[in-house]
Amino acid sequence: MRTENQKAWFFVLPVLALVAFNALVPMMTVVNYSVQETFGNNQFFWEGLGWFEQILRSDRFQAALGRQFLFTFLILLIEVPLGIIVALSMPRKGFWVPVCLVLMALPMLIPWNVVGSMWNIFTLPKIGLLGYFLNDVLGINYDMTQQPISAWITVIVMDVWHWTSLVVLLCYAGLVSIPDAYYQAAKIDGASPWSVFRYIQLPKMKTVLTIAVLLRFMDSFNIYTEPFVLTGGGPGNSTTLLSIDLVKIALGQFDLGPAAAMSLIYFAITLLVSWVFYTLMTKDDAQ
Amino acid sequence: MAQIKLSNLRHSYMPAPKGPDDYALKEIDVTWRDGGAYALLGPSGCGKSTLLNIISGLLTPSEGQILFDGQDVTTLPPDQRNIAQVFQFPVIYDTMTVGENLAFPLKNRGVDPATIKRRVDEIAEMLDVADMLGTRASGLSPDNKQKISMGRGLVRDDVNAVMFDEPLTVIDPHLKWKLRSKLKELHQRVQATMIYVTHDQTEALTFADEVVVMQDGEVVQIGTPVELFERPQHTFVGHFIGSPGMNVLPCEAKGDRALFEGHEVMLEGPTHGDGGRTDLGIRPEYVGFGDTGIPAHVTKVSDIGRHFVVSAMVGNTALKAVTEHSVPEPGSEVFLQFKPEQSRVYRDGWIATQERAQ
Repeated sequence: MRTENQKAWFFVLPVLALVAFNALVPMMTVVNYSVQETFGNNQFFWEGLGWFEQILRSDRFQAALGRQFLFTFLILLIEVPLGIIVALSMPRKGFWVPVCLVLMALPMLIPWNVVGSMWNIFTLPKIGLLGYFLNDVLGINYDMTQQPISAWITVIVMDVWHWTSLVVLLCYAGLVSIPDAYYQAAKIDGASPWSVFRYIQLPKMKTVLTIAVLLRFMDSFNIYTEPFVLTGGGPGNSTTLLSIDLVKIALGQFDLGPAAAMSLIYFAITLLVSWVFYTLMTKDDAQ
Repeated sequence: MAQIKLSNLRHSYMPAPKGPDDYALKEIDVTWRDGGAYALLGPSGCGKSTLLNIISGLLTPSEGQILFDGQDVTTLPPDQRNIAQVFQFPVIYDTMTVGENLAFPLKNRGVDPATIKRRVDEIAEMLDVADMLGTRASGLSPDNKQKISMGRGLVRDDVNAVMFDEPLTVIDPHLKWKLRSKLKELHQRVQATMIYVTHDQTEALTFADEVVVMQDGEVVQIGTPVELFERPQHTFVGHFIGSPGMNVLPCEAKGDRALFEGHEVMLEGPTHGDGGRTDLGIRPEYVGFGDTGIPAHVTKVSDIGRHFVVSAMVGNTALKAVTEHSVPEPGSEVFLQFKPEQSRVYRDGWIATQERAQ
């Protein structure tokens, strides 16, 4: 049924104004920069799509994008299964439930830059607890300030430590919403533990898992503070993820035009991947 | 298919039960014939679901034994007891099709694909879901979902018993009777022992050959629907079954008569025992109106379609009578007549009159 009442638009206005103020207007300035060149003095020259072309063709951008995808892929590969396993092994009722929940929530409550500093100090080869332990006690050659592999491992472990809880808590919420009757029916039907997971727990967790993957994708794809504080993008460029590179271009080199073009490309990729993923995951339910 | 025997069954949810109040089930001794249709009837919290879960093996009783055809299964897990259970809320595997849902219990037991297909087709035809076999089970209506969960139980031909735990709770009223008659029909076709838990007397009385009425963890009476209606062994049964329930009126017992509000009432037979609280029990259906009898003041008349329910006061005691015609006016004075063969005395709730020899 179609309603002819146009008053509804009126009620959307405040939200529209707010969104315009905090998102659309700033974004439009970025769009503005991305198609112009400036040499200071507030003088701008039309540049067209030149910056976009330059960014897309640059090896530097492609390398950073590759690192970014690799990073996001690796942390999703670890955090999602790990989160499911932890959620499955958490108690459903009793004294330990609140204890587990609080422990799980703790890492997420720590500010990002503090997480970076913590892991930096923790893993420094000579003075950090972990760095010292690995090098001087176990004899493993580990130095995240010098070796790209060590730096990557540290950045990924840090992210897993910080954010697996999010996946755990979301999955746990999905799990506790399953009525006991499902488990009882499965017992009577003679289902194996794997079947219980495959046909009861996983389908019931699907919605929350979609949200978890989406949130983790967006957050990890846009990650800046933690790796910046931990490694500063180094050694060399090895952990220079897309956002770190972007800040270098925008604030380090003050190349506003290319930086603006890169921001928009960055934004478009995030949006596109999220949209494709969400559409694929919810396609089944719509039918 | 099996005969089910519960012997000296007791269960408590507490680790160290002391008094009888700590038990959710107190001393249950019942034998259910192979292939019978039984109902467990009682108000919420009377222990009927506990009993059902003990039979299916989801709970292990604190004391006592469960025997299937004489074999002790008390400690066996549910999947080794070969029972099926249908829950209050339909349980279906969302990601599977209807066919896969029905095949699931057989697949888990390693039955060969040809047999699975034959059984699934048979059951689907029986439940009228043959045309849905290929559709995803998640989109079905609640009554079809409930049918599928029933089907998962019936698909195994080795089931000892099928249990139903208030299976019609989420079904629309107009579909309830349909599903109920389907159940009855299924029972006649598969001849499995069926145990049906409910707090709804209509469901229990229409489904079961024999009804077990429970209260506070105890079995108060086991009988056919007619027996429960005609001769309740306990005032609880009398009150719980029937609409409106049996009148339970404080009285004094004297031989084969009761003294109720100063009026003598003929009973079905002589009373036995003494002491305790004595009540006169008579169903509203057997309270009639006449020119003589016990004087009463009519307080209310309700038209409930097929008949009228008359509320009246005798002295300070309220009672109800059911009548199809000769309806008195509210506020009028009438004379009530109690049918002697349906008037009984209960001592502390339990029946205390002997049935008159026919």
